[in-house]
Amino acid sequence: MENVIEIIGIEKYIYLSIILFCIGVFGILFRRNAIIMFMCIEIMLNSANMLLVAFSTYHQDAQGQVFVFFTMAVAAAEVAVGLAILVTIYRNIGSIDIDKLKNLKG
Amino acid sequence: MDTNVILLLLLVPLLGALLNICFGKKLGNGSGIIATLAVLVSFIVTVIAFFQVNTTKQPIQSDLFEWMAFANFKVSFGFLLDQLSLLWLLFVTGIGTLIHWYSTSYMKGDENYGKFFGYLNLFVFFMIVLVTGSNLLITFIGWEGVGLCSYLLIGFWHKNQSYNDAAKKAFIVNRIGDLGFLVGVFILAFLFQSVDYMTIKESLMHGTNHQINTWIGVAALALFIGAVGKSAQIPLYTWLPDAMAGPTPVSALIHAATMVTAGIFLITRLNFVFDLAPQIQNIIAIVGAVTSLFAASIGLVQNDIKKVLAYSTVSQLGLMFMAVGFGAYEIAVFHVITHAFFKACLFLGSGSVIHAMGGEQDMRKMGGLNKFMKATYATFLVATLAISGFPPFSGFFSKDEILMTAFHNNPALYIIGSLASIMTAFYMFRLLFLTFFRNFRGTQEQKNHLHESPASMTIPLWILGILSVVGGVISLPGNSWLNNYLQPIILNNAANNHHAFGTIEYVLMAVAVIGALIGFGMAYSKYIKKGDIPQEDEQITGFHKVLYNKYYVDEIYMKIIVKPIYALGTFFRDVVEVALSETIFGLGKIVDGLSLQGKKAQNGNIGLYLFAFVFGVCIILYYLFIAS
Repeated sequence: MENVIEIIGIEKYIYLSIILFCIGVFGILFRRNAIIMFMCIEIMLNSANMLLVAFSTYHQDAQGQVFVFFTMAVAAAEVAVGLAILVTIYRNIGSIDIDKLKNLKG
Repeated sequence: MDTNVILLLLLVPLLGALLNICFGKKLGNGSGIIATLAVLVSFIVTVIAFFQVNTTKQPIQSDLFEWMAFANFKVSFGFLLDQLSLLWLLFVTGIGTLIHWYSTSYMKGDENYGKFFGYLNLFVFFMIVLVTGSNLLITFIGWEGVGLCSYLLIGFWHKNQSYNDAAKKAFIVNRIGDLGFLVGVFILAFLFQSVDYMTIKESLMHGTNHQINTWIGVAALALFIGAVGKSAQIPLYTWLPDAMAGPTPVSALIHAATMVTAGIFLITRLNFVFDLAPQIQNIIAIVGAVTSLFAASIGLVQNDIKKVLAYSTVSQLGLMFMAVGFGAYEIAVFHVITHAFFKACLFLGSGSVIHAMGGEQDMRKMGGLNKFMKATYATFLVATLAISGFPPFSGFFSKDEILMTAFHNNPALYIIGSLASIMTAFYMFRLLFLTFFRNFRGTQEQKNHLHESPASMTIPLWILGILSVVGGVISLPGNSWLNNYLQPIILNNAANNHHAFGTIEYVLMAVAVIGALIGFGMAYSKYIKKGDIPQEDEQITGFHKVLYNKYYVDEIYMKIIVKPIYALGTFFRDVVEVALSETIFGLGKIVDGLSLQGKKAQNGNIGLYLFAFVFGVCIILYYLFIAS
């Protein structure tokens, strides 16, 4: 059976991953809703994950896929913490618009 | 045993000083007694040690501990009681005891009575360190210590600003000499890997080469500069006349009898070094002769009783340096000792006069005091005869030997020295006549106050007076006890291969006596027969005015040294320091301004932060992957 990478081609995976990453970056830069920004971060993470998996298959090496599992676990933990912070922020200022968060001012 | 002797000698005056400085106020009159006893103990120890060394001919030596050690250069904290240091100790502690005793009356009622005796004891301690040190660095400790005590005691009445200025002047002028001393020590340490007198002496006895001789010449010159500062020779003599601001016993002890002879001591101690530098010895002789004439000529016209004595001290020190310069160390030492006797007597006598006059020091307002102060007058007369060089008083023998040596070595300097001696006779008799003869010229109030000083002041005067008379016996011409005694110290004993005592010597003696008589006669005809009184300051004209104003040396120093240094200081303060501080503060201000601008970027806007973050990462990536 032919390898799925060889059928589609590794460069397509790379392009897709770049596109996903850029979507994430621009989402972060231009959206002001904290939840949306969170989702954008997840998109970026997943674009990286996909690249890892693609190369892992390409090299016939399972190490990359092991990494991905770790990334997912860490991301899940991060989401839990991040959402908890968001909830607290919402309770305090009644909004999750990051433009209203000016307490980090130096 | 030896260590105990040295410790006792050193620590008793130090203990006295500490007691008096710390508890002076509580001790009251007791502090004078404690101080006098402390010096007396040192004197007794010295006498015992002196007889021991004189019999055994072996110096007492003790290294207390190793002070510092680098590679092959070691300095031990050691003391040495040999013939030379014991001789110095005898008159430092002996005259010191008398002057301490005298001061118990002289300083009575002073608010800082205890402190005065504390400083005086401290001085004696440092002087003992100076003369007993077994290496140059210990001597240097004493050297600096006596300088400090001199400073403290000149400015003892510190409420008078001009006294403080005199103290500062003494200290600063001495610093110039001290620098010379240090340079000399460094050169000797470099040459011999040691600063110990014995080690240096032994290395030199094994012979030297030409290059070392050159460096020894430089070291000798540097050490001579140190001696010039301490012993008030041209060009560093100006501090000594001003040092008369201190209480009179201080002038007697420090600025006449002991401290100022430290320069002679140093050169005599290092005679084996100076003997290798004949050019430097020439310089020493010339400086000494010129100083003696120069200071004597200033002394001719001074009206302040202590100023006359101060210039006389400078002049006599000049004669001693002349002797040292001719390599006649034992003769210089002889004059140091006789000078210590009669000059201490003169200063204490003038102190007694000042005491009776209620602080008046101007001779124009004195006169006729012989009727009121018999003891002071008698001792003063004896000391005047001694310093003027009348036989058989002590000064005659020592001064005559110096002039004889000068005659054999350098007739030009002999003439200078003889002129200085004639001047000495003149100004000393002028002083005597103006103070003790004819009628009293002060106010009626002062006249009623006139009295002879108490016994505690006159007894030291009598003792010193007697010593001024008989002091000459220690080195009679032809059969000198002193020369034999000092033989182990002086390597090339010039006086021992002395010329036979013949006609020339008797002629020279006669010339010296005639010189003294001329000085006496001139003073007698001017101040007794004609009854002249020195003019008021404004009426002085011509060369007399130049002399009266001390050749304007202070003014010249002011113009060419002090003023430029002040100007340099002002320049550094107003230009260099301002420029530096502006630069530093300018840099600070730039950073401050930039950070204020930078602060605005941190406005707490998370969106902006994120943008900056992404932008930064992009730039890094660009440089990492694309630009390279």
